[in-house]
Amino acid sequence: MNSAWKTVRTIARRELVSYFVSPVAYVFLVIYLLLTGFFTFTVGGFFERGEASLAAFFVWHPWLYLVLVPAVGMRLWSEERRAGTLELLLTMPVTTWQAILGKFLASWAFLAIALALTFPVVITVNVLGEPDNGVIAAGYLGSLLLAGAYLAIACMTSAMTRNQVVAFILAVVVCLFLILCGFNPVTDLLTRWASPAFVDTVAAFSVITHFDGFQKGVIDTRDLFFFLSVIGFALFATSVIIRNHRAG
Amino acid sequence: MIRIENLVKSFGPKRVVDGLTFNVERGEVLGFLGPNGAGKSTTMRMITGFIPPTEGRVTVGGYDVAESPLEAKRLIGYLPEAAPAYPDMTVHGFLAFAADMRGLSGDAKKRAIGRVVELCFLASVLHQGIDTLSKGYKHRTCLAQALIHDPDVLVLDEPTDGLDPNQKHEVRNLIGELGRTKALVFSTHILEEVDAACTRAIIIDRGRIVANGTPQELRGMSLVAGAVTVSGQGVGADKLAALGRVEQLDGAWRVYPDGRDASGELVRAVVDLAAREGWRLEALRTEEGQLDEVFRRITLPDTAEQ
Repeated sequence: MNSAWKTVRTIARRELVSYFVSPVAYVFLVIYLLLTGFFTFTVGGFFERGEASLAAFFVWHPWLYLVLVPAVGMRLWSEERRAGTLELLLTMPVTTWQAILGKFLASWAFLAIALALTFPVVITVNVLGEPDNGVIAAGYLGSLLLAGAYLAIACMTSAMTRNQVVAFILAVVVCLFLILCGFNPVTDLLTRWASPAFVDTVAAFSVITHFDGFQKGVIDTRDLFFFLSVIGFALFATSVIIRNHRAG
Repeated sequence: MIRIENLVKSFGPKRVVDGLTFNVERGEVLGFLGPNGAGKSTTMRMITGFIPPTEGRVTVGGYDVAESPLEAKRLIGYLPEAAPAYPDMTVHGFLAFAADMRGLSGDAKKRAIGRVVELCFLASVLHQGIDTLSKGYKHRTCLAQALIHDPDVLVLDEPTDGLDPNQKHEVRNLIGELGRTKALVFSTHILEEVDAACTRAIIIDRGRIVANGTPQELRGMSLVAGAVTVSGQGVGADKLAALGRVEQLDGAWRVYPDGRDASGELVRAVVDLAAREGWRLEALRTEEGQLDEVFRRITLPDTAEQ
């Protein structure tokens, strides 16, 4: 068990380092921070709201991550396939699961770093007023889980193709579906011709529905379970895709 | 060390590997020959556990590759075709990663890296990015990765592909040296490497073994093997014809043993004949046979018959 975990760590470290050796990581971080700033302060009207909360910050995350997270995850497997290093990696003494987990955790850690770098908004809101920092912490946890769910999906689409662009587009489409099935304009449209039970079922698959609670400071085990099961399912699908690809 | 039983791999309706059975023991260097698309790389991928076989099984050091892949993979060092390596890493970083993956740490890791850097002549590029390396260096970096844990079994897919003649020579010597203590399989389509490095060679064609033996045995399958080539003043084909079928070459004659024992009987007969007839010989040679002729004949039966 110990050596199995060590292998996961070795793969994760290699992956995380490879983000930072290229300028892409820094470009990503700058774009991420600029966009969160722009959405929070300009579009979200952080100051105009006149309330000491980060609602204007978190509400954009499902949309922001829609583009940014697939960009981080798209290379995970497609790049290995393109460069032929997949053969090298999987003929070393690793299981497919260790490789998947190592890569996933590395990119998740990278996204956590990006998220952590938004700390100035927390400072700002604490300087200006007296926010409930518990709600903010819940928001951050929800945001991290949301990023993890998108990332697992990008990981899955990345295993499908050796082309990063295709992996990116597929991931965006799947993530967009997960947003839209709980997005108010869409659910309103559905209620016109479908039964409320059906609309609720569809909305239950949405990241919006489950992210809402976290933004309000409520950590519901059902929401936790939702995000963790999306991650679990997408990573399982990744392992099936990789196994199929190897079997020819 | 490596046991392969009735190995089959199908991609769709096509049987790329079609019932291979062979063993490789410690101290053996097995050359794996065959035309492009014969199934060499596919076989090696099954030995190393990258792709599962459709039928049959592979055991390495007693471990079934399908059932205990981790134990089997620990024993194997593998150089995949085209020698892939992570382009964004330095040579040292890449070798350190390979060492970590093989469970080496501390002093053992340092020594292992030092050893393979020396073996594969990588000292001058140690801190260079892999994407900046020439093909030869990139190839040797990947080879170094395969050697880092000093494995008992080495599987090298075209280890000399893309190297210059000096590098080819060095890698061949390295293969011969490593083969003394390990079970080593390497694929190639350069026939001279069979002589230079192998203790045994297998030729496959369309997924089947068509020849299996020492380099001498394979050469013995040649049509010219055992034939005597003779040239000199006064040499006459009519007299030679008494000894066997005669073929005229450019300024020389070749006598075929035609199924007779080739252990020097024919060449002695030619020498006796020359002495009796008073021929002044300039050259006399017993042909060993040529691997490329054997290779062409047994891997392209259709065209050979035409």
